[in-house]
Amino acid sequence: MNQSWLTGQRLVGAFLLGCALLNFPLLQLFVTWREVLGIPMLFVYIFCVWAALIVLMAAVIELRGDSR
Amino acid sequence: MLQGSVIVLCSFAYLGALFAIAYYGDKRADAGRSIIANPYIYALSMAVYCTTWTYYGSVGRAASSGIGFLPIYLGPTLVAALWWFVLLKIVRISKANRITSIADFIASRYGKSHLLGGLVTVIAVIGVIPYIALQLKAVSNSFIILLNYPAIVMPQRADTAPIWQDSTLYVAAILAAFTILFGTRHLDATERHEGMVAAIAFESLTKLVAFTAVGLFVTYGIYAGFGDIFDRAREVPSLRQLMGMDGSGPNYGNWASLTFLSMLAIMLLPRQFQIAVVENVNENHVRKAIWLFPLYLLLINIFVLPIAVGGLLRFPGGSVDADTFVLTLPMAHEQEALALFVFIGGLSAGTGMVIVETIALSTMVCNDLVMPLLLRQRWLGLQRWSDLSGLLLGIRRGAIAAILLLGYIYFRVAGEAYALVGIGLISFAAVAQFGPAFFGGMFWKGGTRAGALAGLCAGFLVWGYTLLLPSFAKSGWLPAGFMEHGLLGIDLLKPHQLFGLTGMDEITHCLFWSMLANIGCYIGVSLSRRPSALETGQATLFVDVFRPTSGAAGPSFWRGTARIDDLLPLLGRFLGPQRVRSAMEHYGRQRGVASVRELVADADLVHYAETLLAGAVGSASARVMVASVVKEEPLGLDEVMNILDEASQVRAYSRKLEQKSRELEEASRELRAANERLRELDRMKDDFMSSVTHELRTPLTSIRAFSEILLDNGDMSLAERRHFLSIITKETERLTRLVNEVLDMAKLESGKAEWRDTQVDMRQVIDESIASTGQLFRDKSVRLETRLPGSAPPILADRDRLIQVMLNLLSNAVKFVEPHRGVVIVRMSYGGGQLRVDVEDNGPGIAADDQQRIFEKFRQSGESLTNKPQGTGLGLPISRQIVEHYGGHLWVESHPGAGAAFSFTLPLEDAYTASPDAAAATNA
Repeated sequence: MNQSWLTGQRLVGAFLLGCALLNFPLLQLFVTWREVLGIPMLFVYIFCVWAALIVLMAAVIELRGDSR
Repeated sequence: MLQGSVIVLCSFAYLGALFAIAYYGDKRADAGRSIIANPYIYALSMAVYCTTWTYYGSVGRAASSGIGFLPIYLGPTLVAALWWFVLLKIVRISKANRITSIADFIASRYGKSHLLGGLVTVIAVIGVIPYIALQLKAVSNSFIILLNYPAIVMPQRADTAPIWQDSTLYVAAILAAFTILFGTRHLDATERHEGMVAAIAFESLTKLVAFTAVGLFVTYGIYAGFGDIFDRAREVPSLRQLMGMDGSGPNYGNWASLTFLSMLAIMLLPRQFQIAVVENVNENHVRKAIWLFPLYLLLINIFVLPIAVGGLLRFPGGSVDADTFVLTLPMAHEQEALALFVFIGGLSAGTGMVIVETIALSTMVCNDLVMPLLLRQRWLGLQRWSDLSGLLLGIRRGAIAAILLLGYIYFRVAGEAYALVGIGLISFAAVAQFGPAFFGGMFWKGGTRAGALAGLCAGFLVWGYTLLLPSFAKSGWLPAGFMEHGLLGIDLLKPHQLFGLTGMDEITHCLFWSMLANIGCYIGVSLSRRPSALETGQATLFVDVFRPTSGAAGPSFWRGTARIDDLLPLLGRFLGPQRVRSAMEHYGRQRGVASVRELVADADLVHYAETLLAGAVGSASARVMVASVVKEEPLGLDEVMNILDEASQVRAYSRKLEQKSRELEEASRELRAANERLRELDRMKDDFMSSVTHELRTPLTSIRAFSEILLDNGDMSLAERRHFLSIITKETERLTRLVNEVLDMAKLESGKAEWRDTQVDMRQVIDESIASTGQLFRDKSVRLETRLPGSAPPILADRDRLIQVMLNLLSNAVKFVEPHRGVVIVRMSYGGGQLRVDVEDNGPGIAADDQQRIFEKFRQSGESLTNKPQGTGLGLPISRQIVEHYGGHLWVESHPGAGAAFSFTLPLEDAYTASPDAAAATNA
């Protein structure tokens, strides 16, 4: 299987993961009173997932030569 | 105190800097050293997605809906992951077909249809003009607010002031002039706008830095960090609810539909298509932008909530519009410089959007709306004009001015009305209607022109009825009655509750109905009729763009006659003769033709000319223009299908060829291996022959030598004669044994040996062997010990052969041990389905290297040159052959100096495999 196709599939995987993490019902889990360092949990959660997705995509793309 | 003149001066200084960057970018591009040819500039320029609607509006949305503003940025982040497959394909298709805009893309896909291109253009203009109006409003409002510094005064309604006092008009005029300078500087209308892209990237950087500066100031200057802001928000009940601190989540239906909507918008907004596809320099930039662009979105959103909360805390009661918090918060804290910087940031967000959007729209209006209409007016005689490139630029400039004027008019009419506030999403929903035809066309060959037209029309009408008209009604331009009671008083036609569908917000509601109508009509109508020849051809070019084809340009769907003398002037009229000449020379060089004169006007050249022209006037017009000078014989659908079949046959054939060549490679590799093996066997045979002859020569030599001595010396004593004769006899015996063994070996190897299998008791075999070799042991005074079980199960084998094996092992053992001190132990055991015999000695042992070699023919342990070989060197190989014939193994375990143990196993008959006890019982 060629590497470019594989990278594309991994990115589609990232897309599906993101769609699941940033939607109902998983978001509802973080709608709570609790806070992280005084910041509402939901806010922290969304931004962390967002950042993690970017890191994931960057890793998939930039390391694609080595991960064969 | 900020003087109006200072603000204006700074604004112009900023615009001047932009122009300088654009100018420099164009200069470098002309010199062939592009400054935008890197993925960072590409990703930054994509951030033209973030307009003033983001810059000021996100905070406004956050102030009214908490985290509800985020889906607009999460959608593009998610969809960026799909760019690897989708955007790369769009870029490849667009480069191959010289697509100039999204309208051109859709028109080209569905058979270069004027109608479709025009429809897409109209929808885009209607959908996007209010969005442009929003930018104008934002820029002019922020100017007015800043002008009143340090007082915070909300601007007056625009329509109350006389038109000449309206700063928005001047903003629009300046932007129009600016865009014309930026976007149509080149006389030649086909090139990408490298300077513009560089300037847009700079604008993206500016707005990001400005917004982050405000964010940092609010979060860490006014308050003591994120925690502090949210702590204070918790004390205000309305804010607690807004931030979801009371345990209520966001509206998930709205959340999902906004995410979906923004996914479509990032791909389909005319300005995004312009930047991401048309202005793309290198496909590799797309790959990096997949994560760089979402990173930009993340960064520009971090401080939105803190600013919104900070603004709501500072200006409670709604006296200050939340959309202006970004600007009014620094003003309220008398941060003059920061406020000015924020204004510049907003200016960059607004101008960036307006510049790219109007360039993209003007290209669409020119290529897909005006030119097709003009070309159809025969009385204008456009076909005879010698140079049309000026006309093209003129139309584009006019379109830019007209679009901005329309934007201004819309702003003037709509004013502060609802129609402007909600417009960002209404715009998104309008361009989302391109989705089915656009993506369907890329991945589905079955989509037809009629289907795309039907889908677009249906989607657009539903959008207009459920979103645009209600926004007009809310602004008071239409009677609100049809909102309340439905069109013509029919309840089911209420725009926000179409057919009685309730429980959705208006965007989700519109998105659902419009997509249902759009996709339904697109697929339904597409499937109802066979596509035309041209549609089928274009569908293949688009969907299969990554398929490797045999020819350079893929299958050709054109047949007819053309003359190069007709084509060149036609191209020259639109592109300028100089450019056409160099393009044709380039084409000629690729095909190894020396001069333009020698080019043959075949299908390839006509296609090349049409694509070249498409870059200037769009694919639909290009087709009409080229058709006017060449004589085309229209291809029937069947013929196109044939061409496609042929192409796919060629592909299948080449695949088959590849497979065959792979098989051939495999076969030749096997052949090489077999050949190698053959050589090896040949070499072994030679070795064997030379070993045999060598072994034969040794005894022969001594026989001959002693015979000669006997012959020559007649007077030899009887004792001596007897001695010599005994040697001769012994050597002859050795010779005979050797010949017998060689014959035996040959028989075994060729499988011609005779096996007389009977039930054999291995103990008897061992006893008999020990008895035959007893003399050898006694001669050397070697002790022989046996450790044998009382009884052993019988095995089915040739008794004589097994004795041969035992004799060989025993004689070997006695041969290598020292006299008087040597001990040889014979062991036997059975179990696990096999019988095992070990012959151990306490001789010198065998070096590890030799342990395999001794089983080869004529190899013996030890250095054969110094030690006189004892035996023929065939005993072990023959023994091994015999043991293996019965499915057993023969091997040696040894450490040099610690003796050697030769062992062999033989499988027992099935009846005796269970266990020693069972076997013993059966035996008894």
